[in-house]
Amino acid sequence: MTDWIRPANLAEALSARAAHGDYMLLAGGTDLMVGASERAAPAGVIDLFGLDELCALGRDDDGRLRLGAGLTYERLLADPLVRAELPALHDASREVGALQIQARGTLGGNLGTCSPVGDTLPVLLALDAEIELRGPSGTRRLPVDAFCLGYRETALADDELIVAVRFPADIGRRSQVWRKVGTRRAQSISKVMLAASTARADDGALRNVRVGLGAIAAQPLRARETEAVLEGRVPDDALADIAAQTVQTDIAPIDDVRSRADYRRAITGRLVRRWVLQLADAQR
Amino acid sequence: MSSASTGTGNSSRSSDSTGIGDSPDRVDGVPKVTGAALYVDDLPAPDAWHGATLRSEIPHGRFVALERDPDFDWSDVVVVTASDIGGRNTVALLIEDQPALVPVGGTIMHREEALALVAAPTRARARAALKALRVTTEALPAVTTLDAAFAADVKLHGSDNVLKQLEIHRDDADIEAVLAGCAHVIDSTYETGAQEQMYIEPQGVLAEWRGDTCRVVGSLQCPYYVHKALVILLGLPEDQVVVTQAVTGGGFGGKEEYPSMIAGHAALLAKAAKRPVKLIYDRAEDIAATTKRHPSRVRHRLGLDTNGQLVAADIDVALDGGAYVTLSPVVLSRAILHASGPYRIPHVRIVGRAMATNTPPHGAFRGFGAPQTTFAYERQMQKAARLLGVDAFALRRQNMLRVGDSTATGQVLSESVGSQEVLDRLEDALAQAAPPVPARLGSLRSPVRRGRGLAFYFHGSGFTGSGEERLAGRVSVACLASGDFEVRSSSTDIGQGMLTIFTQIAAQALDVPASRIKLSEPSTERVPDSGPTVASRTCMIVGKLVERACTALAQRLRDFATESSLDASDLSVLAAQHVAQRGELSETCEHESPPGVQWSDETYTGAAYPVFGWAACLVDVAVDEDTHEVTVERCLHAVDVGRAIHRRIVEGQIEGGTLQALGWALLESVPYEDGRVLNPSMTDCIIPTSADAPDMETLLVEVPYAHGPHGAKGVGEIPMDGPAAAVAGALEDALGIAADELPLLPEVLEHLLADAPLDEAPA
Amino acid sequence: MKLRFQLNGAPTEVDVDPMRRSLDVLREDLTLTGSKEGCGEGECGACTVLIDGAPVNSCLVPVAQLGGHDVQTIEGLAQLGPDGEQLLDDVQRALVTHGGTQCGICTPGIALCASAALKREPAADRGRLRELLAGNLCRCTGYQLIIDALVTAAAERGRAAHEPSAPGGGADGSSAHDSTVRDPNAPPSGDRA
Repeated sequence: MTDWIRPANLAEALSARAAHGDYMLLAGGTDLMVGASERAAPAGVIDLFGLDELCALGRDDDGRLRLGAGLTYERLLADPLVRAELPALHDASREVGALQIQARGTLGGNLGTCSPVGDTLPVLLALDAEIELRGPSGTRRLPVDAFCLGYRETALADDELIVAVRFPADIGRRSQVWRKVGTRRAQSISKVMLAASTARADDGALRNVRVGLGAIAAQPLRARETEAVLEGRVPDDALADIAAQTVQTDIAPIDDVRSRADYRRAITGRLVRRWVLQLADAQR
Repeated sequence: MSSASTGTGNSSRSSDSTGIGDSPDRVDGVPKVTGAALYVDDLPAPDAWHGATLRSEIPHGRFVALERDPDFDWSDVVVVTASDIGGRNTVALLIEDQPALVPVGGTIMHREEALALVAAPTRARARAALKALRVTTEALPAVTTLDAAFAADVKLHGSDNVLKQLEIHRDDADIEAVLAGCAHVIDSTYETGAQEQMYIEPQGVLAEWRGDTCRVVGSLQCPYYVHKALVILLGLPEDQVVVTQAVTGGGFGGKEEYPSMIAGHAALLAKAAKRPVKLIYDRAEDIAATTKRHPSRVRHRLGLDTNGQLVAADIDVALDGGAYVTLSPVVLSRAILHASGPYRIPHVRIVGRAMATNTPPHGAFRGFGAPQTTFAYERQMQKAARLLGVDAFALRRQNMLRVGDSTATGQVLSESVGSQEVLDRLEDALAQAAPPVPARLGSLRSPVRRGRGLAFYFHGSGFTGSGEERLAGRVSVACLASGDFEVRSSSTDIGQGMLTIFTQIAAQALDVPASRIKLSEPSTERVPDSGPTVASRTCMIVGKLVERACTALAQRLRDFATESSLDASDLSVLAAQHVAQRGELSETCEHESPPGVQWSDETYTGAAYPVFGWAACLVDVAVDEDTHEVTVERCLHAVDVGRAIHRRIVEGQIEGGTLQALGWALLESVPYEDGRVLNPSMTDCIIPTSADAPDMETLLVEVPYAHGPHGAKGVGEIPMDGPAAAVAGALEDALGIAADELPLLPEVLEHLLADAPLDEAPA
Repeated sequence: MKLRFQLNGAPTEVDVDPMRRSLDVLREDLTLTGSKEGCGEGECGACTVLIDGAPVNSCLVPVAQLGGHDVQTIEGLAQLGPDGEQLLDDVQRALVTHGGTQCGICTPGIALCASAALKREPAADRGRLRELLAGNLCRCTGYQLIIDALVTAAAERGRAAHEPSAPGGGADGSSAHDSTVRDPNAPPSGDRA
């Protein structure tokens, strides 16, 4: 029978983790429990769901926004700070599964499983988030793309826990966008996800452009070439076309049972183009 | 809210209301909303073992050997193979070509063939036992596409892989010459994919033996189909097999024939285990192994004169039947009988073939062949309207069948033809304000292209041709000592509302409160064979039998009252008095076809159906220019149902069927690779959610049918037939593409648009 | 593993493998078969139960995670009246009246999810109701009569909320912690440029 550890606080969770690096870390179970009865039961589980210290939400002393890894989508959706400062995350949370999944799925769980179709990961990439990990030797912070290493593979060490996600202090002043293209209108596995943010200089030029994409490669990724062509430029129709062309070389979509590579590539280009056109419109 | 209806639309909340045309509460409503209704997996069976099925996993080949892992503990496991079958090794249906279990040495015809069965005290043990069975097979070249089936390099069935061929020739004219003389000929080929019924309750059966009698309870539509199959498989007399329907979580045709397979397996396991066995499929197994809508290819050549009058249709229909005959001949029959549509066409030739492939057999699904051919002919009509530059409604009205016209088989339509009425109602409703459309989520605002599509169609109610006569369905109604009346029929409620509608019909005919009507459990030991719950026949055909039996019983009770000088004002009181004084009283009625209805299976001419339902559907779509995601912004559906016995139930049938059709059109995809379903999960084999469904505007049209109960005719299937063509027409209108295949996924639109790209629109 | 939780208002204790699915423990050990398995992977919502008032897919919740919580299944949604009669929840009542149940296999999940959602968002309109119900698949109805039923139930709760003396209204609105409650039709909040 599976050994079940339900830590009462973060310290207990960390010591359990240090003692049992092979135990499954479980939050809401919305990913790990799918098909679980077909697999061998884990030797043990460290149950992190609802752990208070992982569910905090607020601003750190350095001004950065801090979201606990244990926050559910339901909690994120309910929070005025998230809605005001992280609208792309708010909107993405609204499209994760439906109420049942939103009640259980967590930010930390989405990071931990690091699925190519994890809905929040492109947002975290686009919002310049850093992941806070804690282990016996203390705390370390990684940018999202240094945390997500590959297909369901992360930089989490086997004595560490994902504690929080932090966002730049000025993130709420950046323009943010979110678009999920799924197999249907709700409760849908993504075919393409686009999340993006940018600051604007006084002359309208784009600054700190971030483009996060999901479901178009083995892992969510930042479209760095696209960011580069946009950085410092004032958006217009021509720039939109350039960005659309560029992003198609940033990605490596595949054919699978949910969609086709050519479609994913084409619509990624058009959605990026649409975003840049929308930025240009906003300026007029 | 947004549904509208003709006539009296009052709904009644009284559970005792019998009013025909009202909407009393469903008799099964409360147990369903409280969770008290017991589906097969809910039935208490503490001693039952759990069954599991070992499948072939190759599309075509020979089953060479089966061995048990000697290291596995087999002490609490039973294993059943073909050699344990007491009767004939077949799942008897139209013919006996499909084995219940492939014998060692036998031929494997598809990937999901059952090779062996296991049962064990828990599901986990049964699963483990499956893994401990070692199968040896030899692969043979497989046929997994219609093209390969026609090529017949590999022969699965006869010399040409044709499971069944059927033809309709309206006249002796040389169709090629007639088409050559037409001012316009539209020649197109249409393809549609498989569709999963996706009832939310997966299939399952509980079987047990009491002495020499095998009893099964299951999630099923047709108790007597299962009964027949078990009698043959188990080699038992008819009275030693009892089949009972549990509350069933949806069917849509999917629980028409396949439950015979599962019931056979569960019965064999229960015999071997000497205890009850539950065989409940999980979703993956259900999607992979059970039947789906036939994939199709239809070439349709439509000839018109310069005035838009239809002159000729030459139609070639191909269905992928899968590995065995099963129901494909009758699906093909309905496909071709609907293929020329509700139109007057002087010259018609239709050739249909159901082809053998190494995929699991395709089977019954709401519409039963008609949706495939309806998609083709209504796309043709849409193209004709565009080509000629005429109004979509006008072209239909110009060519539609009316009373006195005859169909392609020469059936003269004498009554209950709602063709004009459905088009009129639809056009009237179109002028009303549309319901609001929720915005797509996310913060990118892509422009959309909008389009509109119309489809107009008919659907034959009841069995084809002489089916009802051959079947001679029966219904009994009996007086009970309590003063209640028991209606005994083998019709099953699979959600469509049979229990409620039969209650209404019986209460009305007996002039007693609905609470006096009891519906017998649909068990073959308690009810006569009223025929299967299929083919839009339950209300019209069996409901009529209920009415007739009740009317006859009422007369006998009144005669009794006269003889005994009793007050005849309350038949319920009389019923109790009769049982007390003279014992049980019951009436049984058998189906009688209306006079003058003749059909020839040899020439495929005559009255194909007792009557037709008529419908028109209009769909407005908005297509995202960036992603080609499609939103159905408006969906109006006018359906002539003869008479709505229960308005809400009829609306629910139409709306449910409409959404299944919209799903088939836009997002339900069942891709196969080498005869295997690639997406056997609800995550990937998707159906519409509430957010995908539009607010539907349902328009009930009632042109009564003299031989149906209170004028009612079939409604179950017709809403499935037409909406897909309406969607495709709307997409053609919006995008200027020939949307000739289903499903029209965004990926498909992307490809179609690559040939005809959109003009750049201002952002 | 020994677990204690509130089940339909009653303290409950089970001794089970902690990794078992809540759905299986409810159905098999506690014989509450109103929760159904339609997919086993959190897609269909037929196994919906409420944990501390929130709808969840019980096929994805290991039973250990019920410990210490308040669990409600469909069997606990209707109340018993003074004479032992069954008093349906207003959502259940509306589903019956409006024909929002056909085959019924999805109905327990829909009744629970809708009842919980309407508690949070009594003002939800049709479009928002469609979003709130998107985790409960129904193959029979096309959702139309279900949404009709919920609109009616919502309106009745709205009325009850304005009549503080109304018994069992349950529409206090104070638990409306989804910020979208305030304006479910507000345009998505994304691009702030």
